[in-house]
Amino acid sequence: MLAYIIRRVFQSVIVLLVVGLVAFSMFRYVGDPIDNMLGQERTDADIERLRGELGLDQQAPVQYVKFLRSALKGNFGVSYRQGRPVATIIAERLPATLELAFVSGLMAIVLGVTLGVLTAIYRDGFGSHLVMTLSLIGVSLPTFLIGILLIYLFSVELNWLPSFGRGDVVQLGFWSTGFLTASGLKALILPSITLGLYQMTLIMRLVRSEMLEVLRQEYIRFARARGLRDKAVNFRHALKNTLVPVITVTGLQLGAIIAFAIITETVFQWPGVGLLFINAIQFVDIPVMAAYLMLISVMFVGINLIVDLLYYAIDPRLHTDNSARAH
Amino acid sequence: MDALRRAWQSDFLWAFSRSPMAVVSFLLVLIMVLGAALAPWIAPHNPFDPSTLNLMNGFSKPMEPNMITGDVFWLGTDDQGRDVFSSILYGMRISLFVGFTAVAFAMVLGVSLGLLAGYVGGWVEGVIMRIADVQLTFPAILVAMLIFGVAKGITPVHLRDQMAIWVLIIAIGLSDWVQFARVVRGATLVEKNKEYIQAARLNGRRPLGIMVLHILPNVLNPVLVIGTISLALAIIAEATLSFLGVGAPPTKPSLGTLIRVGQGYLFSGEWWILFFPAVTLLVLALSVNLLGDWLRDALNPKLR
Repeated sequence: MLAYIIRRVFQSVIVLLVVGLVAFSMFRYVGDPIDNMLGQERTDADIERLRGELGLDQQAPVQYVKFLRSALKGNFGVSYRQGRPVATIIAERLPATLELAFVSGLMAIVLGVTLGVLTAIYRDGFGSHLVMTLSLIGVSLPTFLIGILLIYLFSVELNWLPSFGRGDVVQLGFWSTGFLTASGLKALILPSITLGLYQMTLIMRLVRSEMLEVLRQEYIRFARARGLRDKAVNFRHALKNTLVPVITVTGLQLGAIIAFAIITETVFQWPGVGLLFINAIQFVDIPVMAAYLMLISVMFVGINLIVDLLYYAIDPRLHTDNSARAH
Repeated sequence: MDALRRAWQSDFLWAFSRSPMAVVSFLLVLIMVLGAALAPWIAPHNPFDPSTLNLMNGFSKPMEPNMITGDVFWLGTDDQGRDVFSSILYGMRISLFVGFTAVAFAMVLGVSLGLLAGYVGGWVEGVIMRIADVQLTFPAILVAMLIFGVAKGITPVHLRDQMAIWVLIIAIGLSDWVQFARVVRGATLVEKNKEYIQAARLNGRRPLGIMVLHILPNVLNPVLVIGTISLALAIIAEATLSFLGVGAPPTKPSLGTLIRVGQGYLFSGEWWILFFPAVTLLVLALSVNLLGDWLRDALNPKLR
């Protein structure tokens, strides 16, 4: 167990160092930082001075170590476009993305598991077929089209929900939240459906197929023979045994939700880090791109690590045979 | 190519004609590819030639004569009087070109690296597969965005619009090679210890010859299946990137760009500018996807 954890943590650190190298190379070799920071009226002396100040005259490995050290402190320099520290900009934008991802993830898990169990239990019912067909369409629709469709239905035609922005937000210290106002909550609905729909269908289909598998097993028949009620059999015995693959997939999908938030945030002009990243790409704002890359890698690698360790903790079969996970 | 010919002569065609879904998907894809390829000859207008546009035709509704000029446009026009149907034909050209080229690029790269990793082994395999692992940690679309952003930073400003299509192809291709590499490596590991490979080795064939002439034909089936499904994903990835404004430039609009432009007119009631490109994209992606699903079953002897 300990060897496995150590190896897994070591791998994660390697991945982060590689991503750090990519981010560093972006800073170092894409565009000239001096060009971006000094105006038209610069002299050779200015250039030399700034080069010395920024440490650009040093060897590349030395610069890389320096870069990592300041990245660990959360210092990613100044945005080329906004002229403000990148860390400040991201800190402002992060709550919006995290709240959106949280609501979408919660919706995906709750609805996905519930619908998955129900469609498995009533597998031949009309409702199950309807849900399965709809989910197939949901999976094949690209995210941005789902968003546009929802905007058209609920904002343009019905005029029930706002089509862009976060509504009114309340500032709690450094955290701005949309959970506390009516307009903030209303603004959350369409983006979280857009973002969570794909993950919801994925979880639903997975839970359904796992449930169908488990419900065929002997111990379920035995539980029924013992006279346990349907509810107890379905939820306490069957659902519990479907959870291992569900936790893995759900965990990995959490990372995907944060990445796909880029698309949803653009459709709904949601002021989060994803929109910030897209704008940074459009204007080639390297410090923002690099900082976003580092931020999202830390999240991804962290989530992957936690999921792997959870997987290991839940499934006792892995304790004796860990060569299967090593590849 | 041998695998292709064998599949062709066997019951491949028969199975194809027996599956209505496969036939319909194939016909839809064929029509769209032909429409895109022949766009300059069959499109009623050239949306990129401003001299053929009449501003008076702006915002014509589909199938209705324009209120001022009386011209009829099947799928309506946009704000500048561009025929939506023609824009879609030209847009599909870009979407399909980017899709096909990106997948071809990913396929060549992934298959070569997969063969190399599987056949040579050792540290070569270690390096290739570790890179693949790191890349798999991130969703492909994010990788594509990042490559696009970096490439945009490297290209000089005056070349950016011209290069955008190629940058897009490289970005999508590089984000997608891992699938091919993993499958080909797995298949190569199996093939490499079979007797015909040992015989070829004893005959004194060089490793490159063995990889290309002996192993490659035998691992081609899964590559074809992944290629088809990747094509659907690449078309959607291209549309997504262009929709987000980090893909095809406004001078060369793809389906995604058309949808991006159309979204602006949603609130003022000109729904057709958005609707028809969106439906085209959906039908295209869905039929390629269904074709890939069918191909996967058809090429898998276990399912017969």
